[in-house]
Amino acid sequence: MDAIYWPSFFFLLFGLLACGFAVAVLLATNIVRMAFYLIMSLSATSGLFFLAGADFVGAMQLMIYVGGTLVLLIFGVMLTSQERFVEMKTMAGDWIFGFLAGGALLVTLCWVAFSVPAWRGIDRAAAEQLQVEPTVAPLAMGLLGARTDEGGEHGYLLFFEIVSVHLLVVLVGAAYLARAKISRGTAAERTSHVEPGAALPK
Amino acid sequence: MSVGYLASDSLLGYVLAALVHIALIINIVAVGALVFIWLERKISGRIQDRLGPTRVGGKFGWLQTLADGLKLITKEDLMPAGADGLLFKIAPYVSFCAAIAAYLAIPFAGGDHPFAALRVNSGIFFVLAVLGLEVFGTILAGYSSASKWSLFGAMREAAQVVSYEVPIGMCAVVPVLLVGSLDLVYIGDMQAGLFTNWLVFNDPFTFIAFWVYFTCALASVNRAPFDLAEAESELVAGFHTEYSGLRWSFFFMAEYGSMFSVSLLAAILFLGGWNGPLPVTEWLGLTGEVGTLSWYLGSLIGAANLIGKATFGVCVMMWIRWTLPRLRIDQVMATCLKYCTPIAATMFLGAVLWQYNLPHRNFFGLSDRPAATYAVSEGWELEKAKAEQEKALLEQDIEGAEQSENLDETVESRTAEAVVKTVALRGGN
Amino acid sequence: MLQLPLAHLLNEPIGVAHFMVVGAVMFVCGALCMATKRNALGVLMGIELVLNGANINFIAFGSKYLRNDANTLGLDGQLIALFVIVLAAAEAAVALAIVLNFYNNHDSVDVDRAKQLQG
Repeated sequence: MDAIYWPSFFFLLFGLLACGFAVAVLLATNIVRMAFYLIMSLSATSGLFFLAGADFVGAMQLMIYVGGTLVLLIFGVMLTSQERFVEMKTMAGDWIFGFLAGGALLVTLCWVAFSVPAWRGIDRAAAEQLQVEPTVAPLAMGLLGARTDEGGEHGYLLFFEIVSVHLLVVLVGAAYLARAKISRGTAAERTSHVEPGAALPK
Repeated sequence: MSVGYLASDSLLGYVLAALVHIALIINIVAVGALVFIWLERKISGRIQDRLGPTRVGGKFGWLQTLADGLKLITKEDLMPAGADGLLFKIAPYVSFCAAIAAYLAIPFAGGDHPFAALRVNSGIFFVLAVLGLEVFGTILAGYSSASKWSLFGAMREAAQVVSYEVPIGMCAVVPVLLVGSLDLVYIGDMQAGLFTNWLVFNDPFTFIAFWVYFTCALASVNRAPFDLAEAESELVAGFHTEYSGLRWSFFFMAEYGSMFSVSLLAAILFLGGWNGPLPVTEWLGLTGEVGTLSWYLGSLIGAANLIGKATFGVCVMMWIRWTLPRLRIDQVMATCLKYCTPIAATMFLGAVLWQYNLPHRNFFGLSDRPAATYAVSEGWELEKAKAEQEKALLEQDIEGAEQSENLDETVESRTAEAVVKTVALRGGN
Repeated sequence: MLQLPLAHLLNEPIGVAHFMVVGAVMFVCGALCMATKRNALGVLMGIELVLNGANINFIAFGSKYLRNDANTLGLDGQLIALFVIVLAAAEAAVALAIVLNFYNNHDSVDVDRAKQLQG
């Protein structure tokens, strides 16, 4: 038997974790469990990014996605998780229809993935010659409008600016949106929403 | 990488190398916690005019933590009846894993072959990202315990950690800006030589940024005066109210692990990393080839330097804990949003201006940065030097040829090309 | 006949196709989450999964370690992935604000009850 090619081993590990927890998110009924499975799935995804040689994006995934977005999501879960919303069952008809459509989609996507020979990966001999190149500086240069990998100046400076301003506007807007309505509710409504024991599991 | 005669692609060699790394990293967290808990007891004792532990293990009670650990192992592992079993059981391990994983990318000595489990090109970013994950263990513990105190503690911690990530990130960017790399090895090597090269003394802005970083690090690892998540006067014990025995001790180990890692980060970013105040290893000539005895010795001295600095940082954290009273939660948030974040942002801007106007001055502008560290400060510095070199060569060429009117323009455009090309050749970083 | 390269999965380097399968599984799970979950936050989690599935594909196509020829997306793949991550953060913030608003007005997070606009 050939020696194990370790990147493949770790791909299998992270890939199975990512897929397994993604399926768990789908099948879980408890919203808090779903959030936990989602954290695990997205963390494993960042492992996949590292394996593909995108270390900066992997760290970004951990920092923004897992450390930022998901904390936000969990806040949402905790603020709204009254007893009757923690467990919400899906109707059987939805499941059957969903699995039919989803299964068809999955089979198609997998078939497409393996139908191009070049996508199946490189030879082991060639793979062992490869040197992992750093990505931080090229990415930064790309965001600043200069491309180091291809030369030229077709970077993403404008897009970067737009995204930054967009993020700022969105965050201010979201804060306003979430805040304005609360102050408009009646006092009785307000107290019923922040009932601390309401979020506890039964 | 190979271990002795075992090549890296053989099963045994790879697994062995991995196991050695894992064992070392886990030992740092576990043994570190052992030492730090003992240290905390001694320091708190001294600050409160007591002796602290004196009996277990001889004169200084240095085996006290071990005795505590044995006691914790034998304790009953309780779980509240209303708890969410899976999440309750898994939460301490989530915290602990996040605390360990941060050590993956922290180098303990520099050079071409640093003492690091994994040399990540975006090292500091990775470490900060992983440290931010610890909050999930707390949130899960708080939610799944089915206790109001736990939930309140978890919510406080979540709000606090997420807010404090912002000023921490801004302060950590200041050294990155001065060095020109996210790689912790570069950042440490940049500060080689006398202590005047340490980035904390680089300019007034980094000096203040260091203190802001330390304050925010204190808050992000939930140490007093920012330990609102476990404020015993209000919340019993906060998020770990319902935990007991070994699970509880995992939270404790995670806390001490992350304390140590933020101190390590402070030492690498600002306090010279593995370089002592005086370049002793250089004077002794302990900078030999990789794999030789002198290299090992030099690297070990470097690692001892770094660990010493970080331990000092942890001691300062303990000193603060037993000196200052706890803040209120609104004061904690105000400290972050009204003070730390604006100060950090200002320091960042100041450092940018400093770097722009006085690129090679350090020690508050009193001395020049040694030229040897320019090479470490890769990125723009190096590209600029290369571009100037090529420009000089080009000018020589053109002087030989006939004079043209748009000479400067061609030189400029060809220099720009050269910059892009050299960046491409070096793979950027 | 389609040959699945499962036999040498551990001994041979993996390729874009393998990453695409992981991405496809995450995408389908996310899409199903969006379709079947009744909790608005569950729907939001589905969206995150879908975006991540897409991101895996971008990264895989941008990586030059994963395919035989040189037709990779290059850095563009990683840059687009970065933008997706940032936009996902923005999207989550807005969606969460909407969910909280809905919760405050209707005292529920059940998306099936959000039919005011049905007329």
